[in-house]
Amino acid sequence: MEIKRIGRAGTVESNDINIVIEPSDKEDIEIELQSAVIKQFGEHIKALIIEILRSKGIKSAYVKAVDKGAIDCVIKARTLTALYRAAESEEYEWEV
Amino acid sequence: MVRLRRTMMYVPGNNPANIMGAHLYGADSIMFDLEDSVSIKEKDSARFLVHNALKTLDFGNTETVVRINGLDTPFGREDLEAIVRARPDVIRIPKTEKAQDVLEVESIISEIEEKAGIEVGTTKLMAAIESPLGVINAFEIAKSSKRLIGIALGAEDFVTSMKTERSKDGLELLVARSQVLMAARAANIYALDTVFSDINDDEGFIKEVKLIKQLGFDGKSVIHPRQVTLVHQVYTPTKKEIDYSIRVLNAIDEAEKRSSGVIALDGKMIDAPIVERAYRVLELAKASGVYKGDY
Repeated sequence: MEIKRIGRAGTVESNDINIVIEPSDKEDIEIELQSAVIKQFGEHIKALIIEILRSKGIKSAYVKAVDKGAIDCVIKARTLTALYRAAESEEYEWEV
Repeated sequence: MVRLRRTMMYVPGNNPANIMGAHLYGADSIMFDLEDSVSIKEKDSARFLVHNALKTLDFGNTETVVRINGLDTPFGREDLEAIVRARPDVIRIPKTEKAQDVLEVESIISEIEEKAGIEVGTTKLMAAIESPLGVINAFEIAKSSKRLIGIALGAEDFVTSMKTERSKDGLELLVARSQVLMAARAANIYALDTVFSDINDDEGFIKEVKLIKQLGFDGKSVIHPRQVTLVHQVYTPTKKEIDYSIRVLNAIDEAEKRSSGVIALDGKMIDAPIVERAYRVLELAKASGVYKGDY
């Protein structure tokens, strides 16, 4: 997938995470994360977002994430929503 | 044991906090909504969220239901692609007006199940009837598919189409409720009543639950956790009902031992419908956890 524009998803309500994905000039995925649990889960959240983006072929992106205590399946859902919006794609690949 | 469907609780499909805690209130079924509670701009987002939540979270014995958008919208088809693969127990079709509406959804689900390697036929269906035409076609809808486990009345759209509004006594819904219920019984599937929107009116709510229980509904769609307990209280058989049912069945056992043809209890004849009702009371009592006996 290719990031064409800024894609946003999620909210800053409890148990949610707000994800903004932007195109980047750098050859890497850079993540700016805000979270009340950053000390305990910061690395995990970043690694998860990177893993999801790489699984969709993304090598370069700038991601801003504001976490309000989201669990992994919520982080995954919001990251994918933001990515598909950023890629202006509706070619979803649902897995069992 | 029979599956109880006394309460089917609506959970907005784009709210992680609501989804995570949905099964904690004891509802028999939880219904993640992709339709009316999700704005047009967030349909994709809710679909991703419900898909991932269903694949990840353990909702215990609570039945999981997802209300999709209709196939006449730009979202219905993709909802099915996402949700069938996430394996909920039931998919609820909104605004069903004819058997063909169910058959179209069924055919797409079968196609997706086959592509995804899911056993064809395992995804069950429920149809919501929300219009005069749907009510008139209720039986045709109820018997349209083997996947259908129940039909539900959705009253808000219905009363608007009927040029009236909801009232506390529900007179405007009497025919629709009766017809939907009768269709479900004739097709041997479940019947669920519509929501009661005023979450602060416990008295009015209980009155309505008693009415729909008396009509014969299996349960009700609910919009708030506090309504779950109230419905379950109304649907749990009383000690008096349980004791009487046990005595009916004891009397049958005794009569069989004596090879007696005519059976009476407290001077009243016991016939087949009374026995069937007694079994049903005890089944409901068992499922509600208030009877642990042998019948």
